Amino acid sequence: MRLSEHQYRSVSAVRGPLLFLERVFAARLGELVRIESPDGRSLTGEVLQVSEDQVLVQVFGGTHGLDTQHTTVSFSDAVMRAPLGAGVLGRVFDGSFRPRDNLPMFIPEFHMPVIGAPINPVARAHPIEFIETGFSTIDGLNTLIKGQKLPIFTCSGLPAREMTDQLLRQARLPDGGPFVLVFVAIGLTHFEYQFYRQTLEHMQSRFVAFINLADNPVVERLLAPRLALTVAEDLAFRQEMDVLVVITDMTNYCDALRELSTAREELPGRRGYPGHMYSDLASLYERAGRIHDRKGSVTMIPTVTMPEDDITHPIPDLTGYITEGQLVLSRELHQKGIFPPVDVLPSLSRLMQNGIGEGQTRKDHRELANQLYRTYAKGCDLRRLEAVVGRDGMLADDRRLLDFADRFEADFVHQGKNRRTIDATLDIAQVLLDAFREVTR
Amino acid sequence: MNGKVTSISGATVCVDLPDLKVGDRVFVGVSRLTEEVVRLDGTIATVQVFEETRGLGIGEPVATAHGPLTVRLGPGLLGGVFDGLQRPLPQLQKNSGNFIASGQDPFPLDCSRRWDFSTKRKVGDLLHAGEAFGKVKEGHLDHLLLTPQDGILAQLHSGELQLDQPAAILEDNQILHGWHSWPVRNARPYRAKLPPTTPLVTGQRCLDFLFPLLKGGVAIIPGGFGTGKTVLEQTIAKFADVDVVVYVGCGERGNEMAGLLDEFSELEDPRSNRPLMERTIIVANTSNMPVAAREASIFTAVTIAEYYRDMGLDVLFLADSLSRWAEALREISAALEEMPGEDGYPTYLGSRLSGFIERAGVVETLAGGKGSLSMILAVSPPGADFTEPVTQACLRVAGALYMLDTHLAHRRHFPAINWTQSYSLYSDTAMAHFTEQHEEWAALQARCRDILQREDALREVAEVVGMEGLQDVDRLLMRTAEKVRLDFLCQNSFTDDAYTAPHSTIGQISTLVAEHDRLAAALKDGALLDDLLENTLKEATDAPL
Repeated sequence: MRLSEHQYRSVSAVRGPLLFLERVFAARLGELVRIESPDGRSLTGEVLQVSEDQVLVQVFGGTHGLDTQHTTVSFSDAVMRAPLGAGVLGRVFDGSFRPRDNLPMFIPEFHMPVIGAPINPVARAHPIEFIETGFSTIDGLNTLIKGQKLPIFTCSGLPAREMTDQLLRQARLPDGGPFVLVFVAIGLTHFEYQFYRQTLEHMQSRFVAFINLADNPVVERLLAPRLALTVAEDLAFRQEMDVLVVITDMTNYCDALRELSTAREELPGRRGYPGHMYSDLASLYERAGRIHDRKGSVTMIPTVTMPEDDITHPIPDLTGYITEGQLVLSRELHQKGIFPPVDVLPSLSRLMQNGIGEGQTRKDHRELANQLYRTYAKGCDLRRLEAVVGRDGMLADDRRLLDFADRFEADFVHQGKNRRTIDATLDIAQVLLDAFREVTR
Repeated sequence: MNGKVTSISGATVCVDLPDLKVGDRVFVGVSRLTEEVVRLDGTIATVQVFEETRGLGIGEPVATAHGPLTVRLGPGLLGGVFDGLQRPLPQLQKNSGNFIASGQDPFPLDCSRRWDFSTKRKVGDLLHAGEAFGKVKEGHLDHLLLTPQDGILAQLHSGELQLDQPAAILEDNQILHGWHSWPVRNARPYRAKLPPTTPLVTGQRCLDFLFPLLKGGVAIIPGGFGTGKTVLEQTIAKFADVDVVVYVGCGERGNEMAGLLDEFSELEDPRSNRPLMERTIIVANTSNMPVAAREASIFTAVTIAEYYRDMGLDVLFLADSLSRWAEALREISAALEEMPGEDGYPTYLGSRLSGFIERAGVVETLAGGKGSLSMILAVSPPGADFTEPVTQACLRVAGALYMLDTHLAHRRHFPAINWTQSYSLYSDTAMAHFTEQHEEWAALQARCRDILQREDALREVAEVVGMEGLQDVDRLLMRTAEKVRLDFLCQNSFTDDAYTAPHSTIGQISTLVAEHDRLAAALKDGALLDDLLENTLKEATDAPL
């Protein structure tokens, strides 16, 4: 612990969002710094790298207007901490935790480091509680479980936004209680933000929002989700609330990561993204979960827009390797007018097996889900054959499978704005399968 | 002697401290973070930190541990849950709460536990390194206490033993405890490597029947996300017929580890009827835990596995996933500014990997017994592209490939093992063994492969002419192949179907093939397939339940 605050005017270089300083005494990795620009602007930054003769600082907020002569940097001797307390609820902040809602800053009860410590694997409680989202494709076939991280893989132009919005309005916890929403916007356009503001208003004061818009500093895109997750962990594991974290859009986060990595002259990996992107993403996603002796939970629904609709692109690929499944939206279903356009075949919920069946949803859930999958998958396979030989040239059994696939999409997947209970979802499944069995008999 | 920190970049730290050796363990900073020396340059050592470095400052003190990174080997490992540096996670939770704090180093074994020590040795006996000087009962296993060095016994403990008490004293006053340290990067020695001969029964029909593994063999399971690598690994961990299972969650999900712990403490080992955890050791270094510790975790785990092998036991080592280990290696290499090879991985990826995988095998132990260490390693190729460096490097040393297929997984065909591209080099040896018990094994395996292959060819035809255009014999084959796929190769890990013993595996497939032959014979006599199938259906519905 240093006794006084150190101030330096020894900036040697400014490169992109990075600042290089010389002759700094006893700098710490991750230390929070305050930067005074020559025109009196105040910025914050974080120490990324230190050696005996140089310190590298990442600046939150643009480096425009900084110089090597007059810029002053103060070292705080502490890592970056987020202010926490009950006062965060109902507030909207920017990517550096400054209020965006024209209200004064709340009075923090205490501060915690923004880079959270990993949850001890033996302290984790295995997620087993079913969340009813109101969507048949999720509840019936890709069940969301409390403490899970389940991303939505979307393509540009698909209604992921409307789906997230509806999910936030409709989702119910097992005991019927509501969620507290932690909303993180990363590189969102003003147009999209207008849309989500209505959702936030609907949540009344059961939300905290961190908003980084498309024209806000890029470095804050890396900070915003970490601030949000620190708040979420506090709400869940200290204040014992059930928290749902919605992050949109992780693609912008990864692009910001790439931008920073390039500025640091790191070796680029696949498609220019840094080699440590897997670990970096894991440090966010893995903060979801439940803990044995705590009531609260962190459930996470990040949105990932797949560039060029490519699920093997590094961003959805690495995300899929960390998260517990994925909900994949399909352009084809969307064009058929189906909402939500969830393609159930590549979608998956890894925690589903624990959260369904007797006592959770319904006894016949697993069996119905398996049959729906099998039958629909067969039907989809036959569509390729249909394209070649035409429906008339096919066996009667095969035509019935094709009909089933069509009806499945129209009756089960498509539901528009309606909320369905799990019972309603399983009943539809039963009707579809019964009808199919009837005709094949 | 004390040194100091001279530069910090992520988890790579340079320290000024003379007399270090590469591989030495050092403690850095006021919070005493654990590190390992990876490069030396004069008195400046580059070290890799196994813990979070945020908050570490220039000029903070550095101390050496006078030796390399080691694991502590002794009774009490079974049932344990450790991180990549063998720190016991339950103890860490007691010390620092639900979140892992840096700078902790609790002793991995429980020193307060009393063990029933017994020995056939007596004072004056000559001991060679690797021989047992006594044993304790750990669960249902005899845990042999092995001496790490040669010597003549001068004193022997009797009765109950605690790990902090001396268990024996050698004539040169060297004290032997119930535990000893071993450097994680050094393979434990053995007298000779033997060829693997006995099948390792996994209880997975597809694996045991089509692609059998041997005790002492190595299999890799590459698969894109959602293809069921983890479920397959965990299912094998439950049912494999081995004495000890070492499971490494290397850079994977925390919730999965929690699920594994829950399930394994509830389930029973079907062979010994003891809790499954009693034969299992878990090393959990989840994806959000420090990267360098992830790199070390597989070495920590394999050293523990070798220790049990040296007692003459059959040990199975499961890692999920090796790609995360390779990525950790890549991150460390990039931080050291080494010249990158393919896809940014260091050029020593292949040699490092083969050095690690070669620690598997059947050995004649130093004490003259026979132990085996088998490995099943999951690989997560980016974009499910199997041409990437990690999968390819593994293929050069692994004896079996269980390739998981995204297409099968999307159709919920689990385990999603692709039967045309997977292979097992152990097949012939295993088959010789199985055929001793079931003479039709080899013939049925050939039939099964043939049916699946012909289905592929027929499907191409069917896509052009439609099923209508196929002859009855071909339609029958398609029907049988579908049954083989759905009723035999598919296996639900979440029901009682999760385990099938070899005799019932062979029973199931021979029933399917026999039915096919019966119908084929009837077709030959001029019957129509549709009539035959209708009869079969009727028989099935009329049969009493």
